[in-house]
Amino acid sequence: MTQIGETRRELALDCFLLAGRIMMESGAETYRVEDTMIRMAVSQNMVNSHCFVTPTGIMFSPSEELATRFVRINNRSTDLERVALVNSVSRKLVAGEYTVQQAYDELLIIDQTNYRFNIWLQILAASVASGCFLILLGGSWIDLPFAFVFGGIGFIIVETILEETRVKIFAEFIGSFVVGILASIAVYSGFATDLDTLIIGSIMPLVPGLLITNAVRDLMAGHFVSGLSKGAEAFLTAFAIGAGIAVVLSF
Amino acid sequence: MNWPLEAFLSFLAAGAFGVIFNTPRRTLISCGLVGMSGWLIYRTFFLVFEDSVQASFAGAFVVSIVAHLLAKKFRMPMIIFSIAGIIPLVPGSKAYNAMRNIVEHNYLEAIAFASEALMISGAVAMGLVFAEVLMQLFFKRQAKRIQRKMGLTQE
Repeated sequence: MTQIGETRRELALDCFLLAGRIMMESGAETYRVEDTMIRMAVSQNMVNSHCFVTPTGIMFSPSEELATRFVRINNRSTDLERVALVNSVSRKLVAGEYTVQQAYDELLIIDQTNYRFNIWLQILAASVASGCFLILLGGSWIDLPFAFVFGGIGFIIVETILEETRVKIFAEFIGSFVVGILASIAVYSGFATDLDTLIIGSIMPLVPGLLITNAVRDLMAGHFVSGLSKGAEAFLTAFAIGAGIAVVLSF
Repeated sequence: MNWPLEAFLSFLAAGAFGVIFNTPRRTLISCGLVGMSGWLIYRTFFLVFEDSVQASFAGAFVVSIVAHLLAKKFRMPMIIFSIAGIIPLVPGSKAYNAMRNIVEHNYLEAIAFASEALMISGAVAMGLVFAEVLMQLFFKRQAKRIQRKMGLTQE
């Protein structure tokens, strides 16, 4: 009897940690991850549980007798569909619609499936966003096709380098550097008119909007470790983009 | 200023950011609407008061409130709706100008642009904070009222 209880508890622990890891890897806020894990634990009669989430690892202590568990978070990207899916699984577990086994199976499926849009559609979206921002920031319609193409090229470069090397700062630096060179060529050869708005529009898809929002919300919720480290990541990204452009402009 | 054009473009841009961040497909249109409302409020404030710090505060505040309401409606995390709306308010052009002036050795002008960019990012952050606190108070009161009603009916 105790054996069965033990394995069931182990399964529940695996389930919470998997949910936390998927959410953290997909770009959820730290306090939301903690909230979700504690809610799931309370629904499984683990009332005295504690968890501590940072952007690089999750610690979870179910109660005073059971051992504390730890998972490492290696790569973080942005995939909000997964956050929403894990959120609905945890809601169903808390409401009693799922058993722990069902929830765990569902989470495993979420972990292994690729929910991303087709890569070409993402590139098209980056191009469209660049074009829109060019006009919104007061650029001229003559520059529109250039912003459209350069925004897409910048996005492709960042994604490819990220896949090859996993060094985010380098990818963003090279991406904005190439965008700056292309924009300068277009302006100095006389095809495009305004260098400033063209560059700003084209690098808009690389701006770390998610990180900034998350950092502010985490700091507000009192999670200073995660808030500061996410803020540092946002600052590094912004610095890499700025340095890439600055290298081009200094010639 | 061409209102319908700006509304359409900001809607399209926020929707495109939704695709890049892979938001759930049935929320893409809502994401676009959040981005559009944030940008239009920002522009209106900017035209009336001619101060981009206040305008950014108002834009971020509205984005955050709308995102909270949509999150309640769709039963999804609020962050799905707010990100696409926040991005247009990020002071990209100020930061760019600061960088360009540093490269051209105009350090005084660079400091002016950089401090303006810092003020705007602070205003965006404060807009998020204010909306968050307001919505928390509102939802807490609403939950209490519902609980009281349920308590009355049970007794």
